[in-house]
Amino acid sequence: MTQKLIIIGAGMAAGRALEHLFETAPDAYDVTLFNAEPHGTYNRIMLSPVLSGDKTFDEIVTHTAEWYEEQGVTCHFGEKVVKIDRAAQTVTSDNGGVLAYDKLIIATGSNPFIVPLPGHDLDGVIAYRDLEDTNTMIALGDKPDAKAVVIGGGLLGLEAAAGLALRGVDVTVVHIMGHLMERQLDEAAGYLLRKALVDKGITVKCSANSKEILGENGKVKALLLDDGTELPCDLLVMAVGIRPSVALAAEAGLATGRGIHVDDQMVTSDANILSLGECVEHNGDIFGLVAPIYDQAKVIAKTLAGEEAAFVNKDVATKLKVTGCDLFSAGDFAEAQGREDIVYRDPAQGVYKRLVIEDNRIVGAVMYGDTADGNWFFGLIKDKEDISEMRDTLIFGPAFQGGSPLDPMAAVAALPADAEICGCNGVCKGQIEDAIGNGATTLDDIKTTTKASASCGTCTGLVEQVLAATLGNDFVVPAAKSVCGCTDLTHEDVRRLIKSKELKSQPAVWQELGWSTQNGCHVCRPAINYYLLADWPLEYQDDAQSRFVNERNHANIQKDGTYSVVPRMWGGITTPDELRAIANAADKFDVPTVKVTGGQRIDLLGVKKEDLPEIWFDLNQAGLVSGHAYSKGLRTVKTCVGSDHCRFGTQDSTGLGVKLEKHLWGSWTPHKLKLGVSGCPRNCAEATCKDIGVVCVDSGYEISIAGAAGMEVKETEHLCKVTTEEEAIEVISAMTQVYRENAKYLDRIWKWVDKVGLDWIKGQVVENLEARKALVARFEISQTVYRSDPWAEHASKKAETYQPVAKLTLEAAE
Amino acid sequence: MNWIDICSITDIPLRGARIVKTAVGCVAVFRTDDSEVFATSDRCPHKGGPLSEGIVHGKAVTCPLHNWVFSLETGEAQGADEGQIATFATQIEDGRVMLDVTELTPGVAAE
Repeated sequence: MTQKLIIIGAGMAAGRALEHLFETAPDAYDVTLFNAEPHGTYNRIMLSPVLSGDKTFDEIVTHTAEWYEEQGVTCHFGEKVVKIDRAAQTVTSDNGGVLAYDKLIIATGSNPFIVPLPGHDLDGVIAYRDLEDTNTMIALGDKPDAKAVVIGGGLLGLEAAAGLALRGVDVTVVHIMGHLMERQLDEAAGYLLRKALVDKGITVKCSANSKEILGENGKVKALLLDDGTELPCDLLVMAVGIRPSVALAAEAGLATGRGIHVDDQMVTSDANILSLGECVEHNGDIFGLVAPIYDQAKVIAKTLAGEEAAFVNKDVATKLKVTGCDLFSAGDFAEAQGREDIVYRDPAQGVYKRLVIEDNRIVGAVMYGDTADGNWFFGLIKDKEDISEMRDTLIFGPAFQGGSPLDPMAAVAALPADAEICGCNGVCKGQIEDAIGNGATTLDDIKTTTKASASCGTCTGLVEQVLAATLGNDFVVPAAKSVCGCTDLTHEDVRRLIKSKELKSQPAVWQELGWSTQNGCHVCRPAINYYLLADWPLEYQDDAQSRFVNERNHANIQKDGTYSVVPRMWGGITTPDELRAIANAADKFDVPTVKVTGGQRIDLLGVKKEDLPEIWFDLNQAGLVSGHAYSKGLRTVKTCVGSDHCRFGTQDSTGLGVKLEKHLWGSWTPHKLKLGVSGCPRNCAEATCKDIGVVCVDSGYEISIAGAAGMEVKETEHLCKVTTEEEAIEVISAMTQVYRENAKYLDRIWKWVDKVGLDWIKGQVVENLEARKALVARFEISQTVYRSDPWAEHASKKAETYQPVAKLTLEAAE
Repeated sequence: MNWIDICSITDIPLRGARIVKTAVGCVAVFRTDDSEVFATSDRCPHKGGPLSEGIVHGKAVTCPLHNWVFSLETGEAQGADEGQIATFATQIEDGRVMLDVTELTPGVAAE
């Protein structure tokens, strides 16, 4: 016998459920459909393309009134069910009709949440939920100079904003959280997304609290934020979220929580009433995405057909449907203990990928800019696949998998116990193994107990491999290293956030980025101080108390607490007068050792701190200034004599060296910056192992970068060739600035280039002339502050701070 | 207690230190973020580094020579390092820093 089935709601869930039902049991039910909206079923997800003009409404209709008719469904479109009488098994519609059912499906979906701000009932305040809202927004685009405000920086709000912007509306997005789409994205991807939206002409205000909607003659006029900002608008769209529509079910006495409670068969607390879609709550979950709802539709059809089926909630992925913002997020990427990140960034391409790993499985993935591998990662998440085998290349996607990966572990495991691991502190493998035997399990433990990798850090990878070889699976090599124990953020994260959040003071960094300590530590403070002064040269005031002693006292501390003083000799050129002044100073201050440095100048070693201001003053009188031999900044420009004297010299290498040093001196950089200029390829100034080297040839200047002659020895790599001195200085200024703006603190150029690649740098300072000019301009702005002699300043203004604040040797005797 | 007026609080940079010369060696006087003042021996027990030149963070200082970290409250080395520096009582009165010199006076045994 045919039973009577009534469905309330003709949304996507109901449409799909009926489709399945007609496939499974075509003649089992006599179906009646009620829909408050006056048309058939359309794909609500596709409203955004309709808004943006990519699709028409007809294209997104999935089940027309005709389709329902063909299936024998009695449709009541534009008619709302107002009451369910469970005892009588009837429903009552808003035009008074009463209809009996054997089975009832509630598919009422959800209601947009309207923030109850003062003025929320004004004309022109809408949600973004249905065709009518969409049409209102489309109509606004026809109005000249139209302005709109969208409250909510989630998926829906941003789609609304992007669609409005495409229709020519001036849009501002107001978001209460610190970054966009915080449920799907981490801060980094949120930042990239924000940038892309701003590029589309959308104004984005994060951490913004709405206070009141202002109106005029009953119509919306502006949104007032609680900081007093007024955002004028002709339309205000609230897209802050949805709430399951449960009122009808609750009034009928069905069990409800956040949604209508259903079991695995999609049956409510009344055996004759079923429910699915955004209005239900299943095992505490509610649903806003289409994939699980389609699963529910299958289950409900089988339940109605008397077949066995059970709904299982699965992970889902989201994609933002905004043209030009390629974004993908899936799974769970909240930070938690035992979770690690693999992060890949390509700053030039605006690509960001982050995988969250737990127990050798991917649990979350966020991608921005390049989402091609999204579904592959999503598959790995769903299948809970063990990724340990491909971990090293995982982030590069499926194209890079396969083949047998190299095993660096085997080599480390084979090392004898007395093999030296840390050269700085003379720690061998056996000592590290002993420390592990005594309970060390992390790199930090090893650092504090043995000092291995606690100095230059070059051996960090080796130490980690010893840990891994000794501890086996109990040790997982961390994928991203945080700055220090005060934060979980990496240097790269911190740099980016300082720029994007416009953090211009250390307290702002500690606060906004959630430092776990009161005011940092000796590791992060100098780094943050550097990042701030490099990014905000005019706004940020250099903090001496966040400087390592040498940079605070503008001299190099020695092991006995005395200092070394190195005056600058531009390009290694000096005069008899300067030499006399240096000799006099050495005599006057009893300098025990005078040494010629590798950077072509003279080092006075063993000066007492109290004497520093006075020796500086004396040297200043002869025109000598600080050589910054103590700084993470420009050190020297080493030169050979070049065409002035040398029979092989092709250009004036000394002259160029002096010009470069006068141009660059005083600038702070992530680590030391040493240059060399050789007058011919015989390379007497050893320019090809410097951070930046110039080798003169007959036809111009060969500029190369990323050399090293310290713990690591490395030849420079060719950057470009230029024909004039001016161009050489311009390229080198831009190179210095791009390094200043992007490198991690304490990375020399070679180490940094290793990470970002020479091609990226060429793109910035060689190929893109506009970018080069901009870098040069920013360098010059910074140099207006820093191209000066700190010795002169300290000798004249801060001399007394170099003295003891009190001497108690006399007072104590009384 | 034997309080001696050392300097104005503003003579010591915020999150910095100055030294006081005494007959028994240099004392480092630190000013922390909260404008609290602490005094300790200026000499790191490890290799004699001048602690007054270290970076002051929270209520701790890091030795500039080899990064040992000491609590300014207890004088104890933090982390895995073992060592202790002497601490001396201080107080602030009307913006002046007072140092207890009882233990800094040679020849006068503490009563």
